[in-house]
Amino acid sequence: MAEPAEKTPLESIPLAEPATALPVADAGIEAGVQALTPRTIADTVRRVLGAETGARLKAYLSTCTHCGLCAQACHFYLSNAHDPSYAPIGKIKHTLWELLKRKGQVSPEFIRQASLIAYTQCNMCRRCAIYCPLGIDVAYMISVVRRICRALGVTPLYLQDTVNSHSATHNQMWVKADEWVDTLQWQEEDARDEIPELRIPLEKEGADIMYSIIAPEPKFQAGLIYKAAVIMHVAGVDWTMPARPGWDNSDMAMYSGDYDIMGRIKRFHFDTAARLRVKKIVMGECGHAFRSVYDTGNRWLGWRMPPIETQHAIDFYYDLLTSGRIKVARKYEEPVTLHDPCNIVRGYGLHEKARYVVNALCEHFVEMTPNREYNYCCGAGGGVINCGPPYKQTRMRGNSVKARQLEATGVKVLIAPCHNCHSGLEDISQHYHLGLEVKFLADIMYEVMEK
Amino acid sequence: MIHTLYKLLSGPMMWLAVILFCAGTLYRLWTIFRLVRRKEKFICSYLSLRYSLRSLVHWLTPFASLNMRLNPVMTVVSFAFHICLLFVPLFLLAHIVLWEQAWGIHWWALPDLVADIMSLVVPAACIYFAIRRIRKPEVRYVTGVGDYLLLGLIALPFVTGFYCRMQWPGYGPVMLVHMFSGQVLLATLPFTRLSHMVLMWFTRSYMGSEFGAVRHARDY
Repeated sequence: MAEPAEKTPLESIPLAEPATALPVADAGIEAGVQALTPRTIADTVRRVLGAETGARLKAYLSTCTHCGLCAQACHFYLSNAHDPSYAPIGKIKHTLWELLKRKGQVSPEFIRQASLIAYTQCNMCRRCAIYCPLGIDVAYMISVVRRICRALGVTPLYLQDTVNSHSATHNQMWVKADEWVDTLQWQEEDARDEIPELRIPLEKEGADIMYSIIAPEPKFQAGLIYKAAVIMHVAGVDWTMPARPGWDNSDMAMYSGDYDIMGRIKRFHFDTAARLRVKKIVMGECGHAFRSVYDTGNRWLGWRMPPIETQHAIDFYYDLLTSGRIKVARKYEEPVTLHDPCNIVRGYGLHEKARYVVNALCEHFVEMTPNREYNYCCGAGGGVINCGPPYKQTRMRGNSVKARQLEATGVKVLIAPCHNCHSGLEDISQHYHLGLEVKFLADIMYEVMEK
Repeated sequence: MIHTLYKLLSGPMMWLAVILFCAGTLYRLWTIFRLVRRKEKFICSYLSLRYSLRSLVHWLTPFASLNMRLNPVMTVVSFAFHICLLFVPLFLLAHIVLWEQAWGIHWWALPDLVADIMSLVVPAACIYFAIRRIRKPEVRYVTGVGDYLLLGLIALPFVTGFYCRMQWPGYGPVMLVHMFSGQVLLATLPFTRLSHMVLMWFTRSYMGSEFGAVRHARDY
């Protein structure tokens, strides 16, 4: 069972000074701002607010009593020496309040700042949603600002590049069609050295499960496909992966505010599962992809819930362990801690199942504090890490509170069952010299299971 | 002069304030519901009675949410403030006497001492909120003149009411200020941030429903 971590946070990690003036050069935002005129700004703001927002925004804006109680929720605020401009409502003050007050009559420079705030200083992690006494959804309001910035063409370059890739290739990382199949065959071949009869079934119509992943896996984490294949094989799962596009479940368009592209790629993903006539989709350990499939993308397409049952890896591993299809040979011995990813914990309540899986696989589990729904965001999600290197320092300075939380556990192995969290936490570990080894659940399951 | 003004304030002005309050509240609700129907119909399909209530109960019970536990003073002051703000005007004996005189109806009244204390809690809480707005950078940052004016507008009828109750010197004209400020508060309520009195039930319910029924997580 979990043991509580040390209560007092260690003081060795200082909080950053207010970092409002961190200089960034972003060609995407610059080019977008250059093309703006006051007229296009006003017209676009009016169009987006008029056509796409309604009761929610109106109620949120008129209900907010400016009490500031959301501030304590935000890791950017907590980490930047409690600079109020980083408080959730502080970010709304500099974006939506002004846009509405001035009816969109704002300068290109204002849009540049709004874009930086919305894309790089808010992870849309919804932690503030559970801090607001009145039930105001700041993450939703930030998504409206992103939508306006996107409509104005003022999007960070790296983020926009992933969206362009989604649009052109149906995957996030410009993975070519032949590279995809080639990578799967390469992983299958490697895995057959270990388990000779293992296959990665491609295009198997009528299989029980379609396994979909995010494009960074074939691009630079192919080992995860190997491990997933071993888990599927040992568990005796009837599964398949698509050989054609539609295999990528990620969605940066959701975060850039390009909802037309979001709709297209989500539909394509669901259509691929329908084409293969599978019973359900199982997704790898990714949080934002789950948000897109379960919360945002499906709704944009008009589905109240995903049209095909969609299961996150944690949920799937939980089933495999409880049904005895995966047995643990010898538990992982080193102490581990678990990071609760926003999009599957505040987004889908998988925290207890995650704990079951961790306890089933590991000997010694140490909770970080706060945890479950109250966990601090990794600082990478919400598309922020995808805005690329120009904003790495914003992320690092904006999450010293996470570093303190991790350090206080005294544990050196950190499980992060989400890709963005994984990369973001590796950055934090490196920046704050925490010396953490960040792992996926699949890494540990593969290591300890009976094969 | 005072008598004429008293007549005016206790008669037509009171009616006007009540009508503006009711009409304003209905108007706010109507505009919100119209927007839901026109643009965000999906909201209704996600509303869940069970999780709306779960959320409301957790936020209407002192210390039942994490943020309340993190801010104990604010929690105590907020609850005391809201309870007194709602109870004193409705259950003050001096007000009930007026109902009795006008329409012959009456109901349970607060004991005098309790009512006195509760009347003072409201302006005291307003002072606390104002100090909090000034002293806490994250609150000051999002505070405008209007936020202080609102606090003053809320405190005024209670301060003046207490003054009259004690029959301190010159309480006659103060009574007029009491009545007028109360009427202004009532009439403007639906059009200021105080409209959270009406809208909060819906924003809280929607957040509770999304968190409970869709996201299977706590929102408190």
